[in-house]
Amino acid sequence: MTDQKSPTSAPAAGSTDDAAQVAEFEARIAQGESIEPKDWMPERYRKQLTRMMSQHAHSEIVGMLPEGNWITRAPSLRRKMVLLAKVQDEAGHGLYIYCGTETLGIGREELVDQLLTGKAKYSSIFNYPTLTWADIGVIGWFVDGAAIVNQTMLAKASFGPYARAMVRICKEENFHKKQGYESVATLANGTPEQRAMVQDAVNRWWWPSLMMFGPSDKDSPNSAELIRWRVKRDTNDTLRQRFVDLTVPQARAVNLTLPDPDLRYNEETEHWDFGEIDWTEFHEVISGNGPCNRERLAARRKAHDDGAWVREAAQAYAAKRDAVTAA
Amino acid sequence: MANDTVSAIGGATSAAETQWDLWEVFTQEGEGAPHEHAGSVHAATAEHAMQNARDVYARRGKVVSLWVVPTGAIIASAPGDAGPLFDPGNDKAYRHPQFYKTPRGVRGL
Repeated sequence: MTDQKSPTSAPAAGSTDDAAQVAEFEARIAQGESIEPKDWMPERYRKQLTRMMSQHAHSEIVGMLPEGNWITRAPSLRRKMVLLAKVQDEAGHGLYIYCGTETLGIGREELVDQLLTGKAKYSSIFNYPTLTWADIGVIGWFVDGAAIVNQTMLAKASFGPYARAMVRICKEENFHKKQGYESVATLANGTPEQRAMVQDAVNRWWWPSLMMFGPSDKDSPNSAELIRWRVKRDTNDTLRQRFVDLTVPQARAVNLTLPDPDLRYNEETEHWDFGEIDWTEFHEVISGNGPCNRERLAARRKAHDDGAWVREAAQAYAAKRDAVTAA
Repeated sequence: MANDTVSAIGGATSAAETQWDLWEVFTQEGEGAPHEHAGSVHAATAEHAMQNARDVYARRGKVVSLWVVPTGAIIASAPGDAGPLFDPGNDKAYRHPQFYKTPRGVRGL
């Protein structure tokens, strides 16, 4: 989803890229040209994109788990149909991005393997549990809302396949956010118990949602390079602020409070100031110690292992048919 | 013309045991519109590729037709060949209608 990662080696250290080619590449970027898979690109650009895109794809796939948890318990047929469609979309979004990542010269199986062995990361947000039905609405509103802010920017990324996948995703994601907000608004206008339930969900999801945008700019080693190469257009903090500015009025419209005593409108900057994020929690969750990290990976591994016979059967069928055709 | 070992549109050609082949998907969004590249899917057979393409690229919206093509079957031009291949031919003014003179008063040309 966003750019969350462990430290990598210093840019260009030990790079064998030809300086003239790098200069030509950067000139193309500066002119706003789109980079396509067969174009020459610095090894570092390829590596950064592979990391970022695969992390994004993994997030879509792991993101199915917290919501899938509520499909059988959705309170009405309407909500169940909506949730099924949304979770199916997340699978599709993962596939769009895996396919874009594969154009960089890495196979999907290798990418999936990196996820299942814990080598690759995914968005920290999916390591939080969905405790009540209200969480599902709040996820659509906050988590998909934050994802839209990020992905709208990425739809202008310099790498063509990534940008095109983002355009496709953004078209579908608006439904995710709106269904979530509708569900939240319904609960907020419901019984006192429903109101309390949705306020509790808001209280639990607000800060982790702000963390989705990744480390603060002063602690984000990759940002400058990614912006220079126009993979990203804005910094993590700029995107986070955009999300806060969009969301505060939406919360007020349904009389829900956001759990931040420092949240206030700044007349001067015309932005909503907000309190300090608990970066210790962020780093704990990123490094595998969030409430659900182990559970999520275990669920993915089980799904992958349980699906092995399907993959093998399809291949066996194809091989048998080839043999019949050849005979 | 240069031809990479990587498949035409850049997909990896890894053939691990459980990884199905890669297929490129083209969708036609509305009658009369051109088929446009949408992305790719992995599948064991052509029918399987068609089914996966439907699920991934035509879940909603206006798609009226799908093509699936084995990724390896696509031959693409190389970026380095763009100059000679796509020269706009600006030095060949006679390829444009403005090059020709028409007698005064003649219409419909």
